[in-house]
Amino acid sequence: MERVVRHFQEELDVLKSRLLEMGGLAEQRVRRAVQGLAEREHDLIESVLIGDEPINALQLEIDDRCLKLLALHQPMATDLRAVMAAVKINTDLERVGDLAVNIAEAAKRYAMHPPVKKLIDIPKMADIAQAMLRDALDSYVKRDMALARQVLHQDDSLDALKTQIFRELLSFMLKDPSTIEAALDLILVSRHLERIGDHATNVAEDVIFMVSARDVRHNAPEPDLQRN
Amino acid sequence: MSTTPAPAMPALAKMTRPSDPTAADPTVKIDVSRMNFYYGEKRALHDISVQLGANLVSAFIGPSGCGKSTFLRTLNRMNDIIPGTRVEGTVLIDGVNIYDPGLDVVGLRRRVGMVFQKSNPFPKSIFENVAYGLRINNLTKSKSELSDRVEESLKAAAIWDEVKDRLHESAQALSGGQQQRLCIARALAVRPKVLLMDEPASALDPIATQRIEELIYDLKKDYTIAIVTHNMQQAARVSDYTAFFWLGKLVEFGRTEKIFTAPTEKLTEDYVTGRFG
Repeated sequence: MERVVRHFQEELDVLKSRLLEMGGLAEQRVRRAVQGLAEREHDLIESVLIGDEPINALQLEIDDRCLKLLALHQPMATDLRAVMAAVKINTDLERVGDLAVNIAEAAKRYAMHPPVKKLIDIPKMADIAQAMLRDALDSYVKRDMALARQVLHQDDSLDALKTQIFRELLSFMLKDPSTIEAALDLILVSRHLERIGDHATNVAEDVIFMVSARDVRHNAPEPDLQRN
Repeated sequence: MSTTPAPAMPALAKMTRPSDPTAADPTVKIDVSRMNFYYGEKRALHDISVQLGANLVSAFIGPSGCGKSTFLRTLNRMNDIIPGTRVEGTVLIDGVNIYDPGLDVVGLRRRVGMVFQKSNPFPKSIFENVAYGLRINNLTKSKSELSDRVEESLKAAAIWDEVKDRLHESAQALSGGQQQRLCIARALAVRPKVLLMDEPASALDPIATQRIEELIYDLKKDYTIAIVTHNMQQAARVSDYTAFFWLGKLVEFGRTEKIFTAPTEKLTEDYVTGRFG
């Protein structure tokens, strides 16, 4: 016999939609920052630099909602894990918003130098990082473990691209030291994108914990809880 | 009936946090001012002043003997039936002082219904339990209107689907949770404005309790509800405002989320965190 407390469920649905909204904003800002970098588009870069407020406001609102849900409803089991996951996802998304600002800062500096090279791998990294973020949030809303696991696997390709970008830019810097400043900014951007992938991975791990009560962080083996 | 003119309804400014964007601006339904209550010589309530908003659920919490049930019963003068009791101060409901000597107490209790801890259906059929108040008060004009009101009340109390095929069977054959919802239907039948609930779920299992809590959540659309509960979690789940009583005094009254996340008074904090005594 399963009965759902509607009041609590309604609150949880609102919480989910707010998290989605925040994820959408964070993703949009990463896209703008990278586009601003690639196209050396000053206005786009500036819009990221000054537009962090909505995400910050959402972070405070979501934390407040979680606090109230815990205090007023004392959720148990899957409901408790859902609120716990929301608290953690909230922090990750806010960090993604901050990283978008960091990328925009690097893009602004980069635009003051001649381009080091045509950007290929960085937009590719940005696409992967954004897709990971989207999939991670989708998996949260749909409670989709398979999709969450997919996100974990995507992280490897992001790491590989970051290493590749580093090596390539290192060779540019060795060849022509005048590119060092600009190349370092590109390396920083690749580092920020890789961190965004890590945050998406955190979200996916939280989803797996929420759905199955299995903690898969730090490569922990997945114990079969049914047997215990 | 009292002829006291209804004063203008003040907004519940002091009950709401200015920074709380969800706080509506509810009108005051029950306005208690400087109330003292005595059982003989013993003063059980000390100088209580509080305003309960319309269409909100207000929960009263506190340790046993703190006066929360006594306070609830002052709101429809249920304490009148206890000899030697005395009230000072005023209780305005919709602006009318219910302690006005000329007030019709039966009419008051029709407007301010009550549900008790132990469900107490009459030894009659399900239908007759709900119809009872309507019959003795001559509130319906025809048999069909009576049936309609019974059905409407049972539906409002979320028990209609479970009893519609056995309305003429004994109410005492129902489960505890069903009996309690029947009692709520009985209270709703006379169309009260306010519903007082004294530990309405304390004798019920968790699933029946959950149904009552959901019902309370639904009912506040149409009624102003005051509930006494010794279950703090229940107060947290169902109420909009919470009042904490201690030794007959109202220690703190505020938005439930505030009381349970950041109460102003240390005594309240100690009580809700279980560090009491």
